[in-house]
Amino acid sequence: MQPLLDFLALPVVQSTIWILVVTISVILAVAFSVLFERKIIGWMQLRKGPNRVGSLFGFWPGVFQAFADVLKLLIKEVVIPARANRVLFSAAPIIALVPALATWAVVPLSPELVIADIDAGLLYVLALTSTGIYGVIIAGWATNSKYAMLGAMRCGAQIIAYEIAMGFALVGVVMAAGSLNLGEIVRQQSGGMLTWNIIWLFPLAIVYIISGVAETNRAPFDVAEGESEIVAGFHVEYSGIAFALFFLAEYANMLLISALIAVFFFGGWLSPFDGYLPADNWLAQPSFLWLGIKLSAFMFLYFWLRATFPRYRYDQIMRLGWKVLIPVTLVWIAVEGVMAYCKVGPWRVAG
Amino acid sequence: MALSTGEGDVFVMVLFYAYSAVLVAAALGVITTRNPVHSALCLVLAFFTSAGIWMLIEAEFLAIVLVLVYVGAVMVLFLFVVMMLDVGVEEQRRGFTRYAWLGWLTASVVIAELVGVIAARRVGVDATQAPAPLPADYSSTHELGTVLYTQYVYAFELAAMLLLVAIVAAIALTMRRRAGVKMQEIARQVAVRPADRVRIVKVEAEKRR
Repeated sequence: MQPLLDFLALPVVQSTIWILVVTISVILAVAFSVLFERKIIGWMQLRKGPNRVGSLFGFWPGVFQAFADVLKLLIKEVVIPARANRVLFSAAPIIALVPALATWAVVPLSPELVIADIDAGLLYVLALTSTGIYGVIIAGWATNSKYAMLGAMRCGAQIIAYEIAMGFALVGVVMAAGSLNLGEIVRQQSGGMLTWNIIWLFPLAIVYIISGVAETNRAPFDVAEGESEIVAGFHVEYSGIAFALFFLAEYANMLLISALIAVFFFGGWLSPFDGYLPADNWLAQPSFLWLGIKLSAFMFLYFWLRATFPRYRYDQIMRLGWKVLIPVTLVWIAVEGVMAYCKVGPWRVAG
Repeated sequence: MALSTGEGDVFVMVLFYAYSAVLVAAALGVITTRNPVHSALCLVLAFFTSAGIWMLIEAEFLAIVLVLVYVGAVMVLFLFVVMMLDVGVEEQRRGFTRYAWLGWLTASVVIAELVGVIAARRVGVDATQAPAPLPADYSSTHELGTVLYTQYVYAFELAAMLLLVAIVAAIALTMRRRAGVKMQEIARQVAVRPADRVRIVKVEAEKRR
């Protein structure tokens, strides 16, 4: 027994266990957010949504729908087109999935729990989210199909355009927090709802949320899939579990962006009642609960957008990214600099 | 070179050799694969593994920026161009013999330099002592930022201005207004009022015959 406990106490083993816990939680969260999405969109369109598979003692009919879907995809044949590039075709879903899961390493989930508390955390996030595009363009090219190629091209141009707006929005966050460490960024926002970054960085938060939707290729920016024009875009030829991996990567990315919006602008794991209720009240304590609630709210926003808006036209997406969002961030960074210099607002910038 | 100093750093050594092996293989792949897209992807892999090696020598800022800039932006655009051009293998090999001497010349110069660095004891890797590994709470990002905005601030600003000039120049060189292109003017679309487009005509009702 003792050797086993000693082995489990090794730092390497501890980190591995936490990595597994977080990864599996993300995958399970993906399963339930698919159900969440279908239910939400169903209700918005006056339907019931999935209500057949599984029910817990008569409650929540349809709760296991996602698991049934995964099982169905697992036993389905993976068809590789005859003229496709076999190696890259099979590797693309994995290349898409890895950055989506690896970025969770630096996301602070609670005051104590973050797998890698590194100082360049924000840069790590930017670096890994920018590599997520490889899965899509490799899939588009390796499929050897016009529609897939078009989808990949659209996706690539869109992600590059919105990454810049996203990065600039984060410059403002870094200026406000004075640190690239995500945990530190959350801690600098403590002191109640009014000191969250959303108050002082409102335009940047809006830009970040919009670019987050565009980065994950979700409606109304889902031209990379565009099922009414280019069938299903880059994953048109993918079936079975290879398709499921793309699906998993997309939803893991959505969860990640939701968590990052919460961390950068809405105080991450900080409680909204912090400073208004007595400090020993559990509602005022920082915990994973608050991050979870905020994350779910932004996931709901994603689904709400999808049920509400028609798809953007491609040139308008480009126009929005380059000519609207980037100038907004540039102006607000200048405004923030002036405010910090004149000591207006809760800036923690040194000097 | 913090690799060789620690006694128990077997894990680091294993990682170093694993990354190096992948890096060498990827670099060979860049110049040997026939397909240009495969070449570009090998280059991406090479960037990634060199970022890993930089991580091992505790240069985490440089490592992450390498991935962010080269893998995340430069190589994506590169890959695009290669995919769009659809370069044929035959066409690519046409000039092979003509330019082979230049390739051999460059390769031999690079090899000579590398051998010189490793072989010469005085100026080689043995002459410079490996710095002691820094404590875990040392942040190279923080240090780099401090130096960049104090000691080297003019050089930094100058580099930024140069890049800005380069961007403006690139746009000025490539942008041309072609006549006769049908484009929408968003400002005009927004400014349109119903009165400009729709004329409501009041038609008198006719008497029934």
